[in-house]
Amino acid sequence: MADLQLEGVVKRFGEVQTIHGIDLDVTHGEFVVFVGPSGCGKSTLLRLIAGLEELSEGDIRIGGESVAHLPAAQRGVAMVFQSYALYPHMTVRENMGFGLRMAKFDKAEIDRRVEEAAAILKLEPLLERRPKALSGGQRQRVAIGRTIVRNPKVFLFDEPLSNLDAELRVQMRVEIAKLHAALGNTMVYVTHDQVEAMTMADKIVVLRDGRIEQVGSPLELYLNPVNEFVAGFIGSPRMNFFECRVLDVADDRLRLELPGDERIDMPADATGLRSGDRVTLGIRPEHILEHDRADIRLAIDVEVVEHLGGSTFVYARHIGGDAITLQVGGLSDIQPKDHRRVSFSRQICQLFDGDGRNISPHKVPGELKDEEPGQAATA
Amino acid sequence: MTANKRLKTLGWYLVLAGLGYLFLFPLLFMIVSSFKPESAIFTDLYSLRAILPVGELTLDNYQGVFDKSRIGHYFLNSLLITGGTVVMGLFVNSLLAFSLSRLEWRGQKLILSAVIALMIIPLEAVVVPMLLLVSQLPSLGWEEGRLVLEGSWMNTRHVQMLPFVANAFFIFLFYQFFRDIPKDFDEAAKLDGASPFQIYRHIIVPMSGPVFATVAILHFMVMWNQYLWPIMAVQSEAARPVMPGIQIFFGRETKWGEIFAYASFITLPVLVVFMIFQKRFVRSLAGAGIKG
Ligand SMILES: Nc1ncnc2c1ncn2[C@@H]1O[C@H](COP(=O)(O)OP(=O)(O)OP(=O)(O)O)[C@@H](O)[C@H]1O
Ligand SMILES: [Mg+2]
Repeated sequence: MADLQLEGVVKRFGEVQTIHGIDLDVTHGEFVVFVGPSGCGKSTLLRLIAGLEELSEGDIRIGGESVAHLPAAQRGVAMVFQSYALYPHMTVRENMGFGLRMAKFDKAEIDRRVEEAAAILKLEPLLERRPKALSGGQRQRVAIGRTIVRNPKVFLFDEPLSNLDAELRVQMRVEIAKLHAALGNTMVYVTHDQVEAMTMADKIVVLRDGRIEQVGSPLELYLNPVNEFVAGFIGSPRMNFFECRVLDVADDRLRLELPGDERIDMPADATGLRSGDRVTLGIRPEHILEHDRADIRLAIDVEVVEHLGGSTFVYARHIGGDAITLQVGGLSDIQPKDHRRVSFSRQICQLFDGDGRNISPHKVPGELKDEEPGQAATA
Repeated sequence: MTANKRLKTLGWYLVLAGLGYLFLFPLLFMIVSSFKPESAIFTDLYSLRAILPVGELTLDNYQGVFDKSRIGHYFLNSLLITGGTVVMGLFVNSLLAFSLSRLEWRGQKLILSAVIALMIIPLEAVVVPMLLLVSQLPSLGWEEGRLVLEGSWMNTRHVQMLPFVANAFFIFLFYQFFRDIPKDFDEAAKLDGASPFQIYRHIIVPMSGPVFATVAILHFMVMWNQYLWPIMAVQSEAARPVMPGIQIFFGRETKWGEIFAYASFITLPVLVVFMIFQKRFVRSLAGAGIKG
């Protein structure tokens, strides 16, 4: 069993602290995805686990044993780099076997393992080629193959697909998922890509400025983001936010004034709020309906319409002046310059207090079905 | 191509060809004259014949060179000294550059600045103290089965090699080349379990062919052309290299034909080495130019 545990992990580069005390438990076989804006410390955290950076404080354990003082090669981790970092002067076979060669495996064993990994990744016909003579997707596979042969406890990926075109990305995403299913190892994966995070992860870790904002399953993060940052970060297109004024406070309800004077009642944890406070209402583009029969209605001026075939993106302005994005299923008949009334269910929207903390009731996937469902749950 | 353009191209070719001959002239003059009798060299001197193999040609000058000097012996000395120094130099200089460009250690910046500062100090400035130093250094030797310290470094081959193994300029060339190799390779190799030396040996060196070729050529030329230092540090025939060997032809009866023959003969290896490495050499210089 190779659980991965981070405990109070801190990293400073000279005076500058970039990772501020991270605690994280990953159970054996989990696929964990780190997401967060550029510069939030995803790569640094991965490199700390790999042993390419030295911990400033805290501890990292793999399979229960502290690896903080072990050199990279002895931690039982393998890493796929964004640049692949395939050795240009070696053939695919030599690239994949290099780690074993350094570990003084005998030639027959190296060949056996390399060929086994090559079979999994369909690299057999390419074994004698140099990286220069490979396509992007093939290089990617070799980079993965190089990690497989070492049979690591934990796989680390730093944005491995970001150099591939869209189609290949989808293909490789599926292959990595399959690989995970087949090998069953713990994998830690860094990405910018929403879709990768949502589709591949057992567990998503949202980072901001070297701190964890939230850890949870993709659906949990999607339905119950702990704060405005996570709500805005998870999901694509981005969640719409409206600033509202609190008119009246009851224990588990708030009466709000939406921009444009509409007044609504919202279920919420209202402790600490008083009338006159400002709160933020969040609603995902895919949860806004084209008609006005749901319980919160908005009047919008349509600006741009994008037809993607399977769905339609509508960029509009709300009476209050805020930009608002809608994602509706299929080919919508909404036209630019339309004035329309759209609506959404109060059950599915989020409410954040002045500090960005989510104060709306916890949502469970099943319950939402009672109300009029939005479109597909994930983008 | 318009006529105008063609004329311009032609003009450029003429200019380049002219410059080419200008630089080639001394070399041609040397080689051609080495095959001419003494008198012919002087009668041809002020005409185009000076650089053309015309008139009576002979190998007498070469015969004279081999008769009068131990050129074969000098040649062997030079080969050993140059070869040994270049091989050691490639290793030592690239290893320091590797350490400066890819490892992290205390005082790294200081050493790098020192290396850069050393590049501007010419040999002539330090040659006298260096001579005093080596004259005091004892050599190791075997005597009656025991290891003993004996004599000094003067009049040896290694006194001509060791001071020239490490070279600031070559360290800098390696450093610049290594610095541009992405760090990901080192990190991937580190995860593969490679030690720093294994990273150097298996990853960095194989990726750095052009800079090794460049430094090998430059170092070869520096060493082959050593003149001042061997004159000072070596008086004996036994360890003498080719360049100082030319001295014996300047005497009461200087024979220019023989001097040219000697010079031609010892220029040969430089040309051969250059032609072997020329392609990679030019490529790496061109590459260096682009990177700026
Ligand atoms: N070697 C270093 N020295 C100093 N600061 C560093 C170093 N490496 C990273 N940092 C800083 O640490 C912070 C986190 O960097 P990191 O590369 O982990 O971000 P990231 O989340 O991977 O970003 P991206 O999504 O752009 O790859 C950044 O502010 C970066 O400037
Ligand atoms: Mg990164």
